[in-house]
Amino acid sequence: MRLKGRVLVAGRVEGEALVSAQPLSFYGGINPETGVIVERGHMLRGVKVSGKILVFPHGKGSTVGSYVLYAMAKYGTAPKAVLNREAEPIVVVGCILAGIPLVDRFNQDPVEALKTGDKVRLWEDGRVEAWRTP
Amino acid sequence: MTGEEEAILSGERGEAVAKLMKLLVTLGELYEADRMLKVSSVHVSGVSYKNIGMPGLSLLEDLASQGAKAQAWVRATLNPSGMDLEKWRLMSVSENFAEKQLQVYEAFKRMGISEGLTCTPYEDGNRPSLGENVAWAESSAIAYANSILGARTNRESGITALASAITGRTPNYGFHLEENRKPTLLVKVEAQLENALDFGGLGYLVGLNHGNAVPYFRGVKAGGLEEFKALGSAMACSGAVALYHVEGLTPEAGKFKEELKGLEKVKVSRETLKRVFERFPKEGKGFDCVFLGCPHCSLEKLKRIAEMVEGKQVKGRLWLCTSRRVYSEALRLGLVNVLEEAGALVLRDTCLVVAPLKEMEVETVLTDSFKAAHYLAGSLEASLANTNECVEAALEGELNRDEA
Repeated sequence: MRLKGRVLVAGRVEGEALVSAQPLSFYGGINPETGVIVERGHMLRGVKVSGKILVFPHGKGSTVGSYVLYAMAKYGTAPKAVLNREAEPIVVVGCILAGIPLVDRFNQDPVEALKTGDKVRLWEDGRVEAWRTP
Repeated sequence: MTGEEEAILSGERGEAVAKLMKLLVTLGELYEADRMLKVSSVHVSGVSYKNIGMPGLSLLEDLASQGAKAQAWVRATLNPSGMDLEKWRLMSVSENFAEKQLQVYEAFKRMGISEGLTCTPYEDGNRPSLGENVAWAESSAIAYANSILGARTNRESGITALASAITGRTPNYGFHLEENRKPTLLVKVEAQLENALDFGGLGYLVGLNHGNAVPYFRGVKAGGLEEFKALGSAMACSGAVALYHVEGLTPEAGKFKEELKGLEKVKVSRETLKRVFERFPKEGKGFDCVFLGCPHCSLEKLKRIAEMVEGKQVKGRLWLCTSRRVYSEALRLGLVNVLEEAGALVLRDTCLVVAPLKEMEVETVLTDSFKAAHYLAGSLEASLANTNECVEAALEGELNRDEA
């Protein structure tokens, strides 16, 4: 499967997709020290985002989220890359500060197209290749 | 960009300022801003050491030592820190945390930003007016500034707001542009909203289901300061709502009669509202702490609470958080005295959501705020009740209520 999006922070990485159909808040929604989603009622509560290609529709909630992304990068708990339907400034700034590749506005919705566990390769120009492992 | 902006970018005011300008320029490019705007008011989040940790503290200290300084003509305020800067010992905050927190504050002070320490800067001397371009962080304050004051701000992160204070600029995109302030969703409120908690429930529900919308509320008959603080703060935590309109009540609502035709519509009945309350079940009856003041309490709210507890004694902890300005007015009116004689603790500069609760041994909290319950529920048991019920629970040591 191939997708193409708009590059906000360029990077070339490979990893496993973690897809959340629900928006995410880095502050309060994720424990930066462990990388685990802690928001009550969130579909991925208890799941670790560290080292994943994290796919979600858009950011939400607290404006401290950028600092949390930055801290996660320092602690080594950050996702490898972030793919959004439409990136929101707080996530954009966090990814710029932390140097986490970020791509949005794809030719097809990444939240629908990708599934958790897919192997994903992201290129500097915003191309995404994905394989589904049986 | 103007010559002055080019100069900042090329390092005329130092490396650190150039770096921050570059961040704003990059953001502007990504969102196709046509130019930079001068901002007259800024509100900076990311002040609690609990939230930003060592990485955040180092970042701020580096900026301060490199000579980053806020523009004198920008009104700049800070969001709450992890503790009351004076009464922190009463909160059972550790020496170690306090030391780090004071270092964070010191770094901001060196950059010329020392006022506020509140999530309600609009009640603490930083109150922009209709149409004013500002750069605010703090999701609840953003919703208030855009919707109730009619000022114009994007959802700034703590760091871009800081960059705006220092450069005096913000990129012209998003909610600075008239076209993006139009409603995108019509919410018909059929439920009778009885108190601020109901407003919070409505906000939480809309934020959950329409987190990216500019909602236009119809059927909300009246609302004051506390009601709109509850509505906006809830919508901005369950979603990313930065601007809403309320028919007949908010300053820009009247402009958009035409745009309402053909908008997506949703109805909110008492039944739907009830379901959102069920997301925060009342687990157990006793509480380590009853917390009011998310967003920070207004003078009116402190007055109301003082009337309820005057001459009585609370059992356990009743913590009230407010801004410095409201605190000093409350002190002058004798309210702080009444509240503290009844055993309540009135705190400034902080709130429970950003305090180091683990080391304070707080595990169960009762609050009247959807926002507080939402964030606290990530790490402890948080229950919701309206303000009067919360105060009564503090007086009785437990929550007694009939299922409303």
